[in-house]
Amino acid sequence: MARAAVLGRLSWLVADVVDIRDETATARTLVLKVAGWPGHLAGQHVDVRLTAPDGYVAERSYSIASAPDGELVELTVQFVSDGEVSSYLIGEARVGDQIELRGPIGGWFVWRPAQAEPVLMLAGGSGLVPLMSMIRSRTSGGSRAPFRLIYSAREPADALYTSELSGLAADAAAGVDVSWVWTRRAAGRPGGSTATCSSTRAGRRSSIRPRISADRPASWNSQRNC
Amino acid sequence: MTDQSIPEPVTDAAGIGPDLWSDGNALGGPLAEVFAVDLTMANGQCAGCGRVGPLAQVRVFGGSHGLVARCPTCDAVLLRFVRSPGRCWLTVTGLRYLEVPGQSGSDIPPSSLG
Repeated sequence: MARAAVLGRLSWLVADVVDIRDETATARTLVLKVAGWPGHLAGQHVDVRLTAPDGYVAERSYSIASAPDGELVELTVQFVSDGEVSSYLIGEARVGDQIELRGPIGGWFVWRPAQAEPVLMLAGGSGLVPLMSMIRSRTSGGSRAPFRLIYSAREPADALYTSELSGLAADAAAGVDVSWVWTRRAAGRPGGSTATCSSTRAGRRSSIRPRISADRPASWNSQRNC
Repeated sequence: MTDQSIPEPVTDAAGIGPDLWSDGNALGGPLAEVFAVDLTMANGQCAGCGRVGPLAQVRVFGGSHGLVARCPTCDAVLLRFVRSPGRCWLTVTGLRYLEVPGQSGSDIPPSSLG
């Protein structure tokens, strides 16, 4: 919209894909360099727009995974069956490609390093992505706010950022407590437990939603809801 | 119901479709095409059940062609956003009001609306 652009509203930017990392068999992280990126807050997202040669346009929202870092923005994309944008970003996008995005978007679900209160985070699957931006912002911002993350995935192979989170969890001085919950089987990782009921996957529309709470982390029991 | 019958949960970061919804944060970009403030932080009242809450917490269905936002409590349609060539249509009859934070109350630094 030309008029919106004149008024300085949210406009589409061109992002260069500068690196790609596999996270799991079905998720990968695209590192984008966005000329003119104004910076973001942990928890914000971007809209990605793909345009086909015939003019067909597809647009999706993706959470930002990285802490603010100049013009670099990282998106972790989970493959969604029949997902026309995720299948391109997972299967087709290469380093050197350009994609269109706009953002940062959303001021509701954000965390700033100046927030000192304890944070309890619950995430399932790729719902971890915006929370990972907060965890990384906590580190890069020098925050000492106590963080506790309860992360649920089907099984260890589906879990995102495992080595990074394991490193934080193993470092008592880091102040980040991480618990993994597997919904299909228990395996491998110390600290992981298998959910004893399906309350987190009760139906088609009850997807696991990320939450932030200022509750006291030590009083929370990951099995209580089962 | 076996685990296999349940599709992979969709987060606010993923694509959305007829059986799957995203949260109201997905309205942020499309509404920013029209409005200069971040309406996902605005509190709205559902005309159906009277629930009051931020647009960020509603449920959003649809795709690139258009979005339908529904009340998370009563499922009533709150808002429709439809694109057509050269214009967009915004229907907000399901909202009794929107309480929009002013510049001083906005959580977004002006620089991020670049």
